[in-house]
Amino acid sequence: MTTTTDEGVERAERASGTPPEKPTKRQRQAAGIADQASGGIGVLLVKILALGIVDAIALYALFILVVNAEWLIAGIVAAVAIFVNWVYFSRKRLPAKYLTPGVIFLAVFQIFVLAYTSYVGFTNYGTGHNGSKEQAVGALMSAALDRVPDSPTYPVAVVDRLGELSLVVTGPNGGVFIGGEERPLEPASGAQMEGGVAVGVDGYTTLTFQEIVSRTDEITELAVPFSDDPNEGALRTPDGRSAYQYTSSLEYDEAAGTMTNLDTGVVYTDIGTGAFTSEAGEELLPGWQITVGFDNYLKALTDTRLSGPLAYVTTWTFAFALISVASTFFLGLFLAIVFNDMRMRGRKLYRTVLILPYAVPSFLSALVWAGMMNESFGFINQVLLGGASVPWLTDPVMAKVSVLLVNLWLGFPYMFLVCTGALQSIPDEIVEAATVDGARPWGIFRLIKLPLLLVTVAPLLIASFAFNFNNFNIIYMLTNGGPRDTGAPIPVGFTDILITMVYKVAFTGQMRDYGLASAYSILIFIVVAVISIIAFRRTKALEELN
Amino acid sequence: MSGQSGMTTRAMTTQRPGEAASTGGSDASGGGPRDTAGIPRRRPFRFDRWFLATGWRHVVGVIITAFALLPLLFVFSASLNPQGTLTGSNALFSEIGLDSYVRILTDPQVPYATWFANTLIIAGITSVATVFLGALAAYSFSRMRFTGRRFGLITIVVIQMFPQLLAVVAIFLLMSWIGDLFPAIGLNTRIGLIMVYLGGALGVNTYLMYGFFNTVPASIDEAAKIDGAGHARIFFTMILRLAAPILAVVALLSFITSVNEFVVASVLLIDTDQQTLAVGLTKLVSNPRYADWSAFSAGAVMAALPVVALFLFLQKYIVSGLTAGSVK
Repeated sequence: MTTTTDEGVERAERASGTPPEKPTKRQRQAAGIADQASGGIGVLLVKILALGIVDAIALYALFILVVNAEWLIAGIVAAVAIFVNWVYFSRKRLPAKYLTPGVIFLAVFQIFVLAYTSYVGFTNYGTGHNGSKEQAVGALMSAALDRVPDSPTYPVAVVDRLGELSLVVTGPNGGVFIGGEERPLEPASGAQMEGGVAVGVDGYTTLTFQEIVSRTDEITELAVPFSDDPNEGALRTPDGRSAYQYTSSLEYDEAAGTMTNLDTGVVYTDIGTGAFTSEAGEELLPGWQITVGFDNYLKALTDTRLSGPLAYVTTWTFAFALISVASTFFLGLFLAIVFNDMRMRGRKLYRTVLILPYAVPSFLSALVWAGMMNESFGFINQVLLGGASVPWLTDPVMAKVSVLLVNLWLGFPYMFLVCTGALQSIPDEIVEAATVDGARPWGIFRLIKLPLLLVTVAPLLIASFAFNFNNFNIIYMLTNGGPRDTGAPIPVGFTDILITMVYKVAFTGQMRDYGLASAYSILIFIVVAVISIIAFRRTKALEELN
Repeated sequence: MSGQSGMTTRAMTTQRPGEAASTGGSDASGGGPRDTAGIPRRRPFRFDRWFLATGWRHVVGVIITAFALLPLLFVFSASLNPQGTLTGSNALFSEIGLDSYVRILTDPQVPYATWFANTLIIAGITSVATVFLGALAAYSFSRMRFTGRRFGLITIVVIQMFPQLLAVVAIFLLMSWIGDLFPAIGLNTRIGLIMVYLGGALGVNTYLMYGFFNTVPASIDEAAKIDGAGHARIFFTMILRLAAPILAVVALLSFITSVNEFVVASVLLIDTDQQTLAVGLTKLVSNPRYADWSAFSAGAVMAALPVVALFLFLQKYIVSGLTAGSVK
C-alpha cells in the first residue's frame, strides 16, 4: 500500500461516518439521520423483504431442528438469526452489515469444516462405523430378523407424513398403534376405523393402492420396532395390508452390553473398539462411531503397510510440486525472454496460442492427455512414436514423468504471462545504464533482470507451489494415482499425491475410512501451514496489510 | 508499438544483435521493425542476420506452438471423427462429420445437456454470489475502520492457504447431516454445492477487490456523501460500477474454478442428473466399458469452447488480475 491510498482511506473514513477522532454524540446522530434519509423507501422495502426471507428460512430451520431435538444447532441458528436482524436494523454496525453474509458462509463451510475434519481424525468414522451405538444395535437386530413361527397376523395401513412412512396397526383386542422405522409402536389417537380395522390416523395420509405398489421397496424395507426393547422384534409387512412379527436371531443384553447369537450361542462383547467382538476376534458390523484418540495418526505413521505408502506419497507430493513449479517457471521465463523482443513479428499470435492450454478447463485437458498417452491405442505411441508401446501411464516411473510433462503443458502459459508482465515492468533505463557501463547481455540478465523479476514473481511461485501441492485434478484425471500399489491395504498408487490419497481412502473402495482420511488431511494442513508461515515470514506479506 | 520517436536513441544504445537487443526492447515506446524505423537507408535482407535477431525466436515459437496445440488439435479432430474409438481418432482430420456431437447430445445414457446446464447454473450462481459477497466485504475493509479489521484481513489471507478440498470428508459428513434434516439443500443438491463453494467466497477474490477498491479515490465517496448519498448507495451505484473490470475478472476466475472443481462436486452430487461436466465426463471416460472416444471429445470441445472464448476475450484483464492479486 502506498501513502496515497492511505490518505485516501483516511479521507474515506471521514466520509463514511466513522471518523478516526471520536465524534460527539450529536455528530453521530446527525450522520445516522443523514444516512437514513439518503436511502429511499425502495431500499427499505428491499431490506425488509430480504430480512423477511432470511427470517422465514431461519424459523423453518428452527422448527425442523427442534422437532429432531438438535438443541445445540437450534440455539446457534436462533442466535445467528437474532444477530443478523440486530445488525441490519441497527443504524450503526456498518462494517458488520457488509461482512455478515460472507462471514456466515466462511464460518460454516470453511472454518467449521476444517475444525470438524480434525475431530473426525480422532474417530473411527467410516464404513461399518457411521452411527451411534443404538443405531448399530438396531441395524444388527433388524438384519438378523426372522418371522416368528405361528405368530399372529396384524392388519395394517401404510400412512405417510412429510415423506416418512408409518404403519397403523390394529391390535388383536382392537387397540390402534402407530410406529415407523426406529419409532416403536405407540397408541394412536384419532384413528379412522373401517370394519374394526384402522385405515388411517389424523394428521397422516393413507397411501392408496397405487402408491403402495409404487413404493413397494420402501414398504417392505420398513421394520417397526415392537417396543423400546429391541429383543421383542419388529413388525414388517410384505404387501402393505398385513404385518407379521419378526424377531432377531441376535439377543441384545443392554445391562451387560453384549450381543448373543441365539442360533450359535456365540457372545459378542463391546470391548471398546466400536463394534461387538467375539472372543475369537470376529466383529459384528455395523459397529458404531467412537473417538479413538491418536489411533489414526499412530496407524498412519507406524503401521508398516501404511507408513510405507505415506512416505513415498509425501515424497512424491513434494517432488511433484517443486518440479512442477520449477519446470513451468523456467519454460515460461525462457519463452517470455524469447518473445519479449519488439522486432519480432507475430508476437501477439504466439501469445494467444500459448494461452490456450491455460484457458481450457484443466480437467478436460488431463482427460485428453490420458487418452493420448494410452499405451495401446494412444496418439503418442501410435502416431508420434510410430507404433511404440511406451507405458506412459502404467509404469511407476513413466507415469511420474507423464504427470510432470502434462503439468508442464498445463502450467507454463501462466508462468509465461506472469514473466512477460514482470519483464516488461523492468524500466529500460536500468538496462541501458548497465549496457553503457559495459555489462554483457548474460550479466544484465543474471544480475539485474532476474533479481528484479524474482521480486515480483516469488510470491506467485509460492502460491503455485501451494496450488500444485493439492493439484488433485491432474493426478486424478490423468493416472488416477496409478499404477496401483497392490501391496498396500488402502487404494493408493505410485503417482498419488496426499490429497488424492485422502480422497481415495475416504470415498473409493469397499472400506471407506473417514477417520484415517481426516488424519491424512490434518497432516496436509500441518505441512501447508508450515510452508505458509515460512512464506509469510519471507515475503512479509502480512506486515504490509493495513 | 505506436511511438517512433524514441527509436533513434534506442537503435544507438542497442548496437549488439541478439541478446542485448532482445532484452532491451521492452518499453512501450520502442516498436516496429528495426529496419524501417528511423533509419533512412534500407539494409538488404540477409538470412543469417535475420536468424540471429528474430529468426531463431520463430523456431522456438513454432516448436512451443506445436507442443501447446497438439492435444487441442487432437481432441478437436477426434470430435469431428464420426467413428468413435480412440484408435480411430489417431489419423488427424481424416474424416469430418458432426455425428459425434449428435451422439453425445442424444445418448440417453449420458445426460450431457443436463451436465452442461448444471455446470452453468452452479458456476454461474457461484461466481455472481462470490463477487457480491466478496465485494461487500472488500468495501468494508477498504472504506471503514473498525475493531478486528486487520484480523479479518489476515484471516482472509491465511484461510485461502487451506483450500476447501482438504476438508472434503467433513464437508461430505456435514452435508449428509444437513440432507437428513433439510433434503432440499443437503447432499446431492446443486444448492448445497453452491453453498459449499460460497464458503470460499471471502478468499483471494476479496483481496483482489480490496486492492482495487483502495485505488478508487475516496474523494468520490466524499462528494457523493455531501450530495446526500448513503453508504449503500455509494457502494451499489458508484463503487461497484467503477470497479466493473475487476468484478468481471473475479467473476470469470470464480466461474472457471467452479467449472474445474471435481473433488467436492463428485462427493456431493450423487445422482447422474445432478452432476456437473467435470464429474460426469470424468466418470464417463474412466469407465472402461465406455469406448466412444469421439463422443467424449465432442463433449469436451463443447465444454471448453465457452470458457476459452471468455478467456481470450477478457485476456488482458485476467492477466493483470492474476498477477495483481497475488503480488499485493
